[in-house]
Amino acid sequence: MNHDAYPDNYIRGILNSVKSIAMVGASPVNVRPSYFAFKYLAQRGYDMIPINPGHVGKDLLGKPFVASLSDIGRPVDMIDIFRNSSHIMPVVEEALTLDPLPKVIWMQLGARDDAAAAKAESVGIKVVMNRCPKIEYGRLSSEISWMGVNSRTLSSKRAPAPTQGMRLSLNRMSVGGGDTAASDRAAKNKTEQS
Amino acid sequence: MSDRPPGFSTLAVHAGAQPDPTTGARATPIYQTTSFVFNDADHAASLFGLQAFGNIYTRIGNPTNAVLEERVAALEGGTAALAVASGHAAQVVILQQLLQPGDEFIAARKLYGGSINQFTHAFKSFGWNVVWADPDDISSFERAVTPRTKAIFIESIANPAGSITDIEAISTVARKAGVPLIVDNTLASPYLIRPIDHGADIVVHSLTKFLGGHGNSLGGIIVDAGTFDWSTGGKYPMLSEPRPEYHGIRLQETFGNFAFAIACRVLGLRDLGPALSPFNAFMILTGIETLPLRMQKHCENAKAVAEFLAGHPAVASVSYAGLPSDKYNQLARKYAPKGAGAVFTFSLKGGYDAGVNLVSKLQLFSHLANVGDTRSLVIHPASTTHSQLDDAAKVKSGAGPDVVRLSIGIEDKEDLIADLEQALGA
Ligand SMILES: Cc1ncc(COP(=O)(O)O)c(C=O)c1O
Repeated sequence: MNHDAYPDNYIRGILNSVKSIAMVGASPVNVRPSYFAFKYLAQRGYDMIPINPGHVGKDLLGKPFVASLSDIGRPVDMIDIFRNSSHIMPVVEEALTLDPLPKVIWMQLGARDDAAAAKAESVGIKVVMNRCPKIEYGRLSSEISWMGVNSRTLSSKRAPAPTQGMRLSLNRMSVGGGDTAASDRAAKNKTEQS
Repeated sequence: MSDRPPGFSTLAVHAGAQPDPTTGARATPIYQTTSFVFNDADHAASLFGLQAFGNIYTRIGNPTNAVLEERVAALEGGTAALAVASGHAAQVVILQQLLQPGDEFIAARKLYGGSINQFTHAFKSFGWNVVWADPDDISSFERAVTPRTKAIFIESIANPAGSITDIEAISTVARKAGVPLIVDNTLASPYLIRPIDHGADIVVHSLTKFLGGHGNSLGGIIVDAGTFDWSTGGKYPMLSEPRPEYHGIRLQETFGNFAFAIACRVLGLRDLGPALSPFNAFMILTGIETLPLRMQKHCENAKAVAEFLAGHPAVASVSYAGLPSDKYNQLARKYAPKGAGAVFTFSLKGGYDAGVNLVSKLQLFSHLANVGDTRSLVIHPASTTHSQLDDAAKVKSGAGPDVVRLSIGIEDKEDLIADLEQALGA
């Protein structure tokens, strides 16, 4: 996979197929990006599992915190990692010990570890880096458009008015890639410099 | 689903809009409402905390305005946009995110006279200090950079003389200085020039001009290119630091490559308040649907009128970048190959008095202070739009006393030429 620019079909395929998501680094603090994403994905019907050893015994929006990936005790489709790039590798290594393996490993906006990605991809796991699943879901469904965000999708179909807890269709026509050409270029330059 | 990315004209008609979910209305409805009901207390809290997508209050966002925002973001190739009440309001909102009192920004000397005023006087009272540079001398931008510089501001096609700015060269200076390049793309519109393709980090428009295009609605818009890294060195605390207005959210970390557009919305528009009326947004959206057709006709007519004037014995000189002999023709070929726009100036051998005489005799051209209308417009900048400048600054910005500015409309070009001929002739 080219991790500088994801085609919409790749992201759409992931968000349309995964059902359970374990979020590593999920925070109970309601201004943290992980909290935003956890709450939104739960409302859109994903089976969310918060992973954070510091909060075991408590729950996040009704879902009990789990200490580590190995402690989940049931298969998960996707692991969403809310950690800095430097903390990605051990999480991926732990994910690779799970049986069955997760289908997708997703690293949050700002997080990228190409070596960890290559390791996961070598055993057939799909990887997304430096993206937010909430933003991507909002974009492909065009729900994010209320904020003036360029969804880079079009549709001449009438969509149902979104209600709470409803899954939205992500199958709109794509205008370009997963990101604009200019912002992709800027992200690539940044990766090369660091 | 086809893999072919849609072209500019398709985006001009479709981007951001889809049939209304509740009624099926195909034209974008005018959501003429101040406020939107919440589902319950948790939904309200999620919206106020920026955790959920949705509408709260029209000063922060409105579904009609959102269609306009997404459409212009798509046409410019940006990640997101924010529409506000006017072009000038957009400029205030942008710089509020970037500058603290005592900071500086560099601006091209060739700008709309109102922007020169806003930067020189209004912004001075906020402690934002403008440093002028000459867009015809790139090194003047390099020399103007100091540790307090937070942004560079230029026009792609500059008002009033229609000169073309070397966006790429200035973007190189901005990148080296570690500051964003802001490009006012009002006179070009994204149909003629897409500044983001040439290195702009932020694009701003007066929607009042070619985008709305019919001289009936004020509006402004800010487009985030998604290209600038706001996190470096704590230079842009509105984007990189925890915001007390939102219980400690860091906007860049949360919103990634559209954080600047969000900052403009939730820290700028929300708190300064220059909201665009949804009715104006509807009028401007309708205008944008025909932007490609109108710009073609504007440019074709402008070129014909400029050629006519260049050959007229009463005319001393014509400044239109679309003429092969023009100083800016090379830059026009590079940046605006589809046409050099429709706003330009010319000067009369008879000086100031001949200019006043011409304006009074024109029958089709309207004498007024606007550009980018379907109608052809004329004005004498030295006594109007640029009147606040001293004589030397007037000449430097291309608005000397003998200069007349035209904004060519989409009428039949033969009629425009005939009108100018009769007014120049007698
Ligand atoms: C190039 C340019 N920028 C900005 C503006 C200001 O826009 P508004 O009048 O919508 O505030 C104008 C208006 O003439 C303009 O020509």
